[in-house]
Amino acid sequence: MQLTLWTYEGPPHVGAMRIATAMKGVHYVLHAPQGDTYADLLFTMIERRDRRPPVTYTTFQARDLGGDTAELFKTAAREAFERFKPDALMVGASCTAELIQDDPGGLARALQLPVPVVALELPAYQKKENWGAGETFYRMVRTFAGPHAPGADWQRPPRDTSQAPRCNILGPTALGFRHRDDLQEITKLLGAIGIEVNVVAPLGATPADLARLGEADFNVVLYPEIARTATDWLTRTFKQPATKTVPIGVGATREFIEEVAALAGVDSSLLLSTDASRLPWYSRSVDSTYLTGKRVFIFGDATHAIAAARIATEELGFAVVGLGTYSRELGREVREAANSYGIEALVTDDYLEVESAVAGLSPELVLGTQMERHIAKRLGIPSAVISAPVHVQDFPARYSPQMGFEGANVIFDSWVHPLMMGLEEHLLAMFREDFEFNDAALPSHVDRGFTPLEDEAAAASPPLFFRSGDKLAWHEDAERELQKIPFFVRGKARRNTEGFASERGLTTITLETLYDAKSHYSR
Amino acid sequence: MTVHPALARSVQGCSDAPVLKERGQREVFCGLTGIVWLHRKVQDAFFLVVGSRTCAHLIQSAAGVMIFAEPRFATAIMEERDLAGLADAHEELDRIVGQLLERRPDIKLLFLVGSCPSEVIKLDLSRAAARLSATYGPSVRILNYSGSGIETTFTQGEDACLAALVPELPKADGSEASLIVVGALADVVEDQFRRLFDALGIGPIAFLPPRCSTELPAIGPRTRYLLAQPFLGDTARALEERGAKHVAAPFPLGAEGTTQWLRAAATAWKIDDQTFEAAIAAPRNRAQRALERHRFRLFGKRIFFFPDSQLEVPLARFVARELGMRPIEIGSPYLHRRHLAAELDLLPSDAVLSEGQDIEKQLDRCRTAAPDLVVCGLGLANPLEAEGITTKWSIELLFTPIQGYEQAGDLAELFARPLVRRTRLEV
Repeated sequence: MQLTLWTYEGPPHVGAMRIATAMKGVHYVLHAPQGDTYADLLFTMIERRDRRPPVTYTTFQARDLGGDTAELFKTAAREAFERFKPDALMVGASCTAELIQDDPGGLARALQLPVPVVALELPAYQKKENWGAGETFYRMVRTFAGPHAPGADWQRPPRDTSQAPRCNILGPTALGFRHRDDLQEITKLLGAIGIEVNVVAPLGATPADLARLGEADFNVVLYPEIARTATDWLTRTFKQPATKTVPIGVGATREFIEEVAALAGVDSSLLLSTDASRLPWYSRSVDSTYLTGKRVFIFGDATHAIAAARIATEELGFAVVGLGTYSRELGREVREAANSYGIEALVTDDYLEVESAVAGLSPELVLGTQMERHIAKRLGIPSAVISAPVHVQDFPARYSPQMGFEGANVIFDSWVHPLMMGLEEHLLAMFREDFEFNDAALPSHVDRGFTPLEDEAAAASPPLFFRSGDKLAWHEDAERELQKIPFFVRGKARRNTEGFASERGLTTITLETLYDAKSHYSR
Repeated sequence: MTVHPALARSVQGCSDAPVLKERGQREVFCGLTGIVWLHRKVQDAFFLVVGSRTCAHLIQSAAGVMIFAEPRFATAIMEERDLAGLADAHEELDRIVGQLLERRPDIKLLFLVGSCPSEVIKLDLSRAAARLSATYGPSVRILNYSGSGIETTFTQGEDACLAALVPELPKADGSEASLIVVGALADVVEDQFRRLFDALGIGPIAFLPPRCSTELPAIGPRTRYLLAQPFLGDTARALEERGAKHVAAPFPLGAEGTTQWLRAAATAWKIDDQTFEAAIAAPRNRAQRALERHRFRLFGKRIFFFPDSQLEVPLARFVARELGMRPIEIGSPYLHRRHLAAELDLLPSDAVLSEGQDIEKQLDRCRTAAPDLVVCGLGLANPLEAEGITTKWSIELLFTPIQGYEQAGDLAELFARPLVRRTRLEV
């Protein structure tokens, strides 16, 4: 058992629902008790979808367990087929139904429905949502593209250059973090260098579209968490090469363009010669000088976390002090990325661990999920959201991609705006005793709902904060001086000073000790 | 009575009306959802769900928000090794509880909450609660109940939780009569009721659940209980086993409901009419004035209730009698005939009562009926809005203070707002 106060990912059948809901012409019959229908609201409320997910739940009850839950499943599947007339039926079990072992796949096949049945086996006690989405997508791709597979010895002939090159775009799902807008942005980029899109999947694809996947020259993989397994199979089966670069950030977008241009055999120099993103100039403008070396903590799914670390370092001049992910499947990639920044990756799905890492590192900016946004809010640190799990705010009305050149513009704004503006920050540091200009003062453009809570929080939750130890006493002057240090680094200053003092066997921290420690640790 | 005169003729009562019983797909939450409000109500209690990742995901999604403070609930997520017998589930649970109590020394009451998977594998949480109580008691009381979706629907989780608390109530010693108001209410509503009962001279009174687990009310043969919520069948049974007597009444929704609810208690306490009128006249008038403002917007509007919280019958009674709305179908996950008896008598006879659900068929009926307002769960609201049907999220009726005189206007406004919004929007 694992003690969980909050979970970054849902169960794997929710991943399967993201595929079913993204696609057209499919229906998912899920063997599950009534409470599991909560998952509908993820799509209808968080994503504001205008229709229910194409999912029928058997909603068995305790009284059914002694009877025939298998018959209940068959009835549900038959009725769902008759009512919704899908081109294909997906069937599976949620965590509870997995325990009663009714074999939804076998039961559905026994109905001899006139459409393909895709049986999903998603071990609910081992795996999680993204794995479930990836596995489901792979099963769907195999089921529908499989019959069109050439022999094992088949080699892809050279592309017919009289035709425009064609690719598939793989990975966007329902309930994805900015998938809707990323897809639009990437489609536009591909179009700008003359690449046509054969199939987008799973978002908007029908089973018949999946059957055509092999017709493309190559695959564009937007979200490896979702599409990697299916893509690897397509590469093996149809000898389709696939992109490796996820186009988040200016540098990655340019590399992505070069990569697809090479795969398609087209010229991308014109597109690459344009100033397609404002990020490089905005980042070079003198106003951005104050961003230099800002200490940033990054946590999210692997794809977004790795991309964020690169942007933070190479495109905004931040210092990455923490990098982590809840995607254990891609933990290796995140560890490698973290090593390149000289830090150790945090691979965990326990938000308490993430919280104590943030508190310990005292970063100046937190880039994470909605959960890290709350952690940062509690600690009084500015933050921006870079990754799922999604919240209603992650489906903005405006066009707001993360990918491509426009995505880089969006990222510049959404990461930089929460930070204190340059001159304002200096003034705040200089006139700390101004009664309207104190610690609790917020960046003037940040809304008043944002309340730094450092001192209250320090009192309320001892495990997370660094407080004066029993042995070390702070002299009054030193304590007062400490309060003049900006709140977002004060915890670290306190801890460093105390560490410095105890290493030297001091029992009282004076003003002198504070400044000795400051010079000792100055970077 | 507060019934609008124009309505009196349509009010026939439907206590004997046939009920449409459905046993198809249900689109409802499970009892774990009750933790979302219970963990805030009882301030030193902690709810540990013994379940799966789905359970954890459900509670955080149903709450509709990410957590701000550290919540007083968590899930002990069962993993492959727990199921394969590689780990002893009871030992694992002991370890988790130890971890939790070390982290939260402020917890005085811990509920082990059963889920669908823990019920299916027959993990005996009552045994675990007894064992853990021996370890951590008496400073921490450890109880168990089931919030599983195979046994409980949404608000039945609160019923199961309160029923588990009843055996813990101390035995009343004296021969003094007392009143327990049963069912979680907003603190502000409790305070209002407490003042009204004081003014009526009814008491001592206590609320179950209490705000603090150390304030459990005493119970004995001279205890009467008044239900503040309609979904507390098991709790009522447990209270009666302890000797308490039910004060039958409609539920305190609207001016009429609140008056009848208070009057039932006043009658049991033999309070004379004059004292009763003197105590309630002012707040009842305020409630009636507040309702006036919404009645003209809602009068004659047709309303359809999907089953959700078991509050549907009292709500339908309120909107029919005090606002002049016309209930088309009143769906409830479960109809507790005895507790709803006074309510059913007050319902208009032409409304269809349905119990259980077959979601696709009910949606068909709803579309055919084309009501002016649909009360439904979060999974259905936006899809129905997209079809042009105005909806009210039913969960808001649980997460908003709606009981009592001072909230009658707020309750009416919850029904009026979606309709008003439609008339305002020009996009």
